[in-house]
Amino acid sequence: MKVKSLDELKKIREESLEKVNLREKGDVKGDKVEILVGMSTCGISSGARETLTEFIEEIDKSKINNIKVVPVGCIGYCHSEPTVQVNIPGQKPILYGNVKKDKVHEIFEKHLQNGEVVENMVLDIDFERA
Amino acid sequence: MSKTRTNIMVCGGTGCLASDSEKVAKNLELIIKARGYEEEAKVIQTGCFGFCEQGPIVKIEPDNVFYVRVGPKDAKDIVDEHIVKGRKVERLLYKEPHHNKKIGKQEDMEFYKKQLRIALRNCGLINPEDIYEYIALGGYEALGKALTQMSRDEVVKEVKESGLRGRGGGGFPTGVKWEITKSQESEVKFIICNADEGDPGAFMDRSILEGDPHSVIEAMAIGGYAIGADKGIVYIRAEYPLAISRLKTAIKQSRELGLLGKNIFDSDFSFDIDIKFGAGAFVCGEETALINSCEGKRGEPDFKPPFPAQEGYWGHPTNVNNVETFANIPPIITKGSEWFSSIGTEKSKGTKVFALAGKINNVGLVEVPMGTTLREIIFDIGGGIQGGKKFKAVQTGGPSGGVITEEYLDTPIDYDSLLSIGSMMGSGGMIVMDETDNMVNIAKFYLEFTMDEACGKCAAGRIGTKRLYEILNKITSGKATMADLDALKQLSYMVKGSSLCGLCQTAPNPIISTMKHFWDEYLAFIKDVDHSQGEGEYDGAKNKDNLMLKA
Repeated sequence: MKVKSLDELKKIREESLEKVNLREKGDVKGDKVEILVGMSTCGISSGARETLTEFIEEIDKSKINNIKVVPVGCIGYCHSEPTVQVNIPGQKPILYGNVKKDKVHEIFEKHLQNGEVVENMVLDIDFERA
Repeated sequence: MSKTRTNIMVCGGTGCLASDSEKVAKNLELIIKARGYEEEAKVIQTGCFGFCEQGPIVKIEPDNVFYVRVGPKDAKDIVDEHIVKGRKVERLLYKEPHHNKKIGKQEDMEFYKKQLRIALRNCGLINPEDIYEYIALGGYEALGKALTQMSRDEVVKEVKESGLRGRGGGGFPTGVKWEITKSQESEVKFIICNADEGDPGAFMDRSILEGDPHSVIEAMAIGGYAIGADKGIVYIRAEYPLAISRLKTAIKQSRELGLLGKNIFDSDFSFDIDIKFGAGAFVCGEETALINSCEGKRGEPDFKPPFPAQEGYWGHPTNVNNVETFANIPPIITKGSEWFSSIGTEKSKGTKVFALAGKINNVGLVEVPMGTTLREIIFDIGGGIQGGKKFKAVQTGGPSGGVITEEYLDTPIDYDSLLSIGSMMGSGGMIVMDETDNMVNIAKFYLEFTMDEACGKCAAGRIGTKRLYEILNKITSGKATMADLDALKQLSYMVKGSSLCGLCQTAPNPIISTMKHFWDEYLAFIKDVDHSQGEGEYDGAKNKDNLMLKA
């Protein structure tokens, strides 16, 4: 296919964006929301991998591009795995427990899109660690 | 499960490939597949990250974790620990040489903090063999904008106002060069990309072509449109096989999308690019010699004028620009000349890529705004001198430049300030020497290089460099007298003043500058002078020096 106009080029650009949108670009910095998914042995056996992929799919559907999903290690809450921590810049980090695949949509819609914490799933821990 | 969540960026520059990064990438892919994660994690070979000292480099996105010195055997840990379990592999993280702290993120490293990447903007970020990744980051929009929204004069004006100067070494304003070529009346014109990077220790152009070949292709098309050329030539040395193969792939992809070829963007502008291989002669970086070599003649320079802009390739007006110069063009067109000229110093705008080499901790490729001081480059970005030794001098401009000593380290670098302290910008090689290096030997090394590379067309270059080298050899073997030093100095100025082209006009520069700054080291070799300095550690090494003098 030949590119015949600037608009056609921009269309190709839109379609190609998913190839690079995981990467840190030079001029987009700062306000990235982070979703940290606990991916240690206990997390994985409780379904963290499915949870993580579900987040990726939700993000992809919503076309929001300032969220990154990062697999992290165990934080010691093995009884409540899978654990998911949401870091929004300038806000206290929120930790959710028992986030199976089916809970992802609720967290995504309420917390990440509308800014309200899903209280009944929050694990009550203090982040002010030494 | 079908969504990619991780990109594993493996450096595919020549430096990292030489230390087995290809195998690292293969192993990563194999293990990812074995663990059943091939949908979630993609391995991507990218261009040079610049941090060649620490190669092979593997960067995990979006986690933004930067692993260094990754061997093929480390692939298992990266997959099992990082990709599967989300734990950083601590032992592969970068350790800052001064405070032993491990650092995971690229932007936290001293090496990257002071850098500003324009020419290298996509190196290490995209897969150079995928045109869609280049387009995803705004690629070819500058060409589209130029062809559909700007007149040829406007393109030239934009480049002229940006203040961009030739990055190959001379520093001639690019916009002015384009304007001169554009104003020539001729049916046929050419635009040539000079990728004959010959300075020992310089690898900026190679890395740009390896990491982001499309930026050069796009810029050549923009330049072709501006000056009225429908044919471009990339003159590249055959010693750069990887750059050549990536460039070929890129040209093919551009043709498929109609970004090279007839009626680009449905305009009446047609443009295509050919590749010509050079045999790796230093003099072919000089534009008239380069054009001769393109025509299949001996790579020897011609007298200027006429300049190539007037009579170049097969007698037609020809515009020759360097790779790095071209890489700066697309951002200038999309972001505007004002943005570009806001970076840098009064007379030198934008950024410059330097290849750091020699006795420096962080050997690699760095891009900094003009006006950054040498001290910042060598001590902050470069991490200081290897082994805690003392800094002695830095050679900029390769064999055409001169040494710069400690007292000038705080000079903000641009084209003019470097000339005023007896060196030059050159193409961007920066070779750092420590206290154990002998400066006479350094001068001899460069003269041996220029003697070999002098094409032989003019007597001053052919015989002059040979005699200079012979005198230097006599000095370092301890057989010279004060009269030889006088002869060396006199001959240096003679060669400088009477050679035909830039190669030999600048060849004596290493001698002139080392004689100026390190006269005592020359004296140390002279047999009719009693002096105690020579190569090696200075204090307590007197015996060794004496031996060397007698030898």
